[in-house]
Amino acid sequence: MADVQGLVNDFATKLSKRKVEGSRETARMTAELLRTVISQQKMTSSTNHAAVLIDAVRGVGGRLIDANPVELAVGNIVRRVLYIIREEELSLQAGELTLSSQDSDREIDEEDDKLFLSSAATYQRILHPPSLATLLGSKTDTPPACHPSASRNHDIEGKADKSPSSLTLKRHIMEAVNDLIEDIKTCHEQIADQAVELIHQNEVVLTLGHSRTVKKFLCAAKEKKRSFQVVVAEGAPKYLGHVLAKGLAAKGLQTTMIADSSVFAMISRVNMVVVGVRAVLANGGVIAPVGINMVALAARKHAVPFVVVAGTYKLCPLYPNNPEVLLNDMRCPSELLSFGEFSDCIDFSIGSEAPLLHVLNPAFDYVPPELVSLFVTDTGGHTPSFIYRLISEFYSADDLALQQKLLPESEHSNSI
Amino acid sequence: MDARRASRTVIDPKVRQVGFFTPNAETAPSRTLSGPPIASSPPLSSSPASNSLYPVMIPPSRHLSDTIAIRTAALPVPESASRRKEAGERVPVGSYNPSESLLGTSPVTASPSSRVGDATLEFSDESSVRWYRRSDSGKLASSFPGGGFDSATVKAPLEVPEKSGEEVSKEQKEVPSNSEPLKSKTTTKAERRALQEAQRAAKAAAKAEGKKPAAVTRGGAPGKPAKQSLQKRDPPPVASSVAASDKKGGDRPPEKERKKDVPPPRMQFDDKNRVDKAKRRAVVNQTEAKNRVELFRHLPQYEHGTQLPDLESKFFQLDPMHPAIYKVGLQYLAGEISGGNARCIAMLQAFQEAIRDYTTPPEKTLVRDLTAKISSYVSFFIECRPLSISMGNAIRFLKSRIAKLPLTLSESEAKSTLCSEIDRFINEKIILADKVIVRHAATKVRDGDVLLTYGSSCVVEMILLYAHELGKQFRVVVVDSRPKLEGQALLRRLVAKGLSCTYTHINAVSYIMHEVTRVFLGAASVLSNGTVYSRVGTACVAMVAHAFCVPVLICCEAYKFHERVQLDSICSNELGDPDAIAKVSGRTDVNYLDNWANKENLQLLNLMYDATPSDYISMIVTDYGMIPPTSVPVIVREYGREHLWA
Repeated sequence: MADVQGLVNDFATKLSKRKVEGSRETARMTAELLRTVISQQKMTSSTNHAAVLIDAVRGVGGRLIDANPVELAVGNIVRRVLYIIREEELSLQAGELTLSSQDSDREIDEEDDKLFLSSAATYQRILHPPSLATLLGSKTDTPPACHPSASRNHDIEGKADKSPSSLTLKRHIMEAVNDLIEDIKTCHEQIADQAVELIHQNEVVLTLGHSRTVKKFLCAAKEKKRSFQVVVAEGAPKYLGHVLAKGLAAKGLQTTMIADSSVFAMISRVNMVVVGVRAVLANGGVIAPVGINMVALAARKHAVPFVVVAGTYKLCPLYPNNPEVLLNDMRCPSELLSFGEFSDCIDFSIGSEAPLLHVLNPAFDYVPPELVSLFVTDTGGHTPSFIYRLISEFYSADDLALQQKLLPESEHSNSI
Repeated sequence: MDARRASRTVIDPKVRQVGFFTPNAETAPSRTLSGPPIASSPPLSSSPASNSLYPVMIPPSRHLSDTIAIRTAALPVPESASRRKEAGERVPVGSYNPSESLLGTSPVTASPSSRVGDATLEFSDESSVRWYRRSDSGKLASSFPGGGFDSATVKAPLEVPEKSGEEVSKEQKEVPSNSEPLKSKTTTKAERRALQEAQRAAKAAAKAEGKKPAAVTRGGAPGKPAKQSLQKRDPPPVASSVAASDKKGGDRPPEKERKKDVPPPRMQFDDKNRVDKAKRRAVVNQTEAKNRVELFRHLPQYEHGTQLPDLESKFFQLDPMHPAIYKVGLQYLAGEISGGNARCIAMLQAFQEAIRDYTTPPEKTLVRDLTAKISSYVSFFIECRPLSISMGNAIRFLKSRIAKLPLTLSESEAKSTLCSEIDRFINEKIILADKVIVRHAATKVRDGDVLLTYGSSCVVEMILLYAHELGKQFRVVVVDSRPKLEGQALLRRLVAKGLSCTYTHINAVSYIMHEVTRVFLGAASVLSNGTVYSRVGTACVAMVAHAFCVPVLICCEAYKFHERVQLDSICSNELGDPDAIAKVSGRTDVNYLDNWANKENLQLLNLMYDATPSDYISMIVTDYGMIPPTSVPVIVREYGREHLWA
């Protein structure tokens, strides 16, 4: 356990120091960490295994999210894992239920009535992914439903021999988490497979900054013998566009590198904008490297399709509120102004009460859903208005509020 | 003397061809005043062939000796077009190549005018061409005593009248064909005036045609490329059309041709022939950039940083270049002077000095010779860096002033008039205009405002400082972008004056735009469809401001307005040094593209300007007041003419 704690601490420190670059890397590392957490979690005989796991994951997830609240991928993965645990628990429970209901058919008492109700609910949730109706209803329905089922579960486990069920539960969960990790690793390929359908011969594609997904996407189209040009905006202040341009040119794509300020000038000759993003929000808006909002606006002005490529691990079940500020990071001002050059100004300002010179270097942009034409995810292409639905497939309604609960950290720990 | 005469005579016919060449010139000789130089000469009819000659002929000559050589080569064969052609072609090979760099003149002249796009320029070019011819021929004669040329001559008779140009010319108005050469040489005051009148009347029509003949003359290369060269920057403005019409009135092309040639040709650098020719004549040795961007083939893409030492070494060989001009040219090249106003003022002041030191060579008139000189200077500037529109307008102004000098003035008077005109232009159109703009714009700054500006515009800077002096409480957001990072200098100056500033880069503009209440932007030019042509990135800022419903105020002096129209930033633009994109200043960690030139699939594009569509612009603050972008054509039309002709 101490071992896990150490790992969690390490990762949290890395996150808070922004040492983990890229949401994919973050997602993968989070998933792996949670896998370790789950595997190391001791199952005490008296408690409900699933609940224990959920608590553990939530606890770790809360710390990670606090370490970098802006990195939405962490929260996404935590939610995904929670959802997996819940699902496995339910399916296990359902299996037991069917068994137990067959066994004890004739024992009809109040408790079983209750159980039956809840089991009906669980069936529903297992067999049918939540529809809009259940989503809406879940707020009111599920908590009461959950509780009895949990308690019942506890009862069942108390009666039954704990080891087999807890082991299977854990095994199932581990498998599912492994699948998740695998998904994260391979989602590029699944996205890239769709490239040929979207990129046509002789087109000009514009992108900004560097995204591995975009690179794979473009290269996949190139490998399918599409010949097209790519215009890469460099993406200040990180200038990772240079890396992308270099990589694309090495793959034989005709690449033109431009400064960010030329985006508007060039976009009139561009057929499609393809960008990678940091996170996709529930309303279909995206959090993306800084500058992409400008590209999106220019694309809309010229009616150029604005395509976002994103793995499903970037789907975040949050509706944004002032995302430019609340979901943003400020990078070091020295990326824009060298301190040496402006030291006189800075010194000057220190003397007075309010500094004269501010340097702003935000890391992300928020692009509202109106500006996005299409999301290409590993599950296919989707419009912004469909994102909420995808989210309901990947997350449990109980976990959507994860962050809000976690934010007041002390209360959270107290309540649990 | 004989030799001289002979040579001249020989030359004259050619001259005529150059200036007025139109295939059908003879058909429409009628325009009384303007026509004179052109119409008669029979050689014109042989146009296609003669066109090919032009490259050779055109030389706005800095390097008399070289040009002379060329000419001499060309001279002997005036009669048959085909023969001439040969000569012309031969010339570049023989005479040009050895002293390539020096010879640059003729293409140069062509290009400058084309860029500037105004008729005055063209006009001047033609005139300059003619003049040069003459002067050259004179020189020729002197330098090449071997009168052998004379034998080849065509029409010797006319020389005499030339000497006493003015009187003769008057008389000759009536004389249809042969007398023309004389007229071409000098137009009297009266003539000119008459021309002006005529032009005004026939402005619109003239525009279209005017360009064509000019183009032809200029483009030394075979006809087509020549046209393209003209196109380079802009369709000639009103004034230009006027000027053109003056000159050319006589030989208007017939309707068909006119229609064909309506799009005014600009130099398109994707035309190989044309570029080659231009290259041979260039003063500044430009190496073509590697990995050129396909989309921008039509713009010159040169390697940067190679020309300077080369040009420096040539300093003493470029004798006809005035040192002041040379200095300013080098400053353009090195990027020491940038910004529309600064460049324009530097250029005008250099012209001023050049004019002060100018003396009219014997047997020439100040008007023509000076115009030609200016043209050659302009072409030099263009080689250093493509002209800005503001400079083009200033040049147009200067040339119109020179053209309108009363012939009665003595040389010194004329020079002092011109100098004071230039001073007046700088004061009225730039300095005073800026003051007016500052006054206007400052009324739009309220307490508590957050003003955003992009890059570094001197007018905007003045506005901010003035508003600060007025005691208004506001914050400034300076948005900057690579590779020029001009905003840093502005930021430093503003902070030094005690303004509260926020600095950020262009990508973050949509982050900062929430708190901004006004956007003040400068402009390199405002085009007559309301498009603002400005430092690249301006369009992005204006677009984001528009999306956030923040008013965008463009601050631009009216002399930068131009009547041309533009829809995107691609058709006409300027390309900067691509290496500047690869290197990120102050960031040693960003070195991914260190030797990008070796990668054949990778191009770097450094655009200098972009065009902001007028829907993003709330208001244009100019010296005539604050106007909506839709009113730009009015200003261009009403005041543009006044500034050239009043």
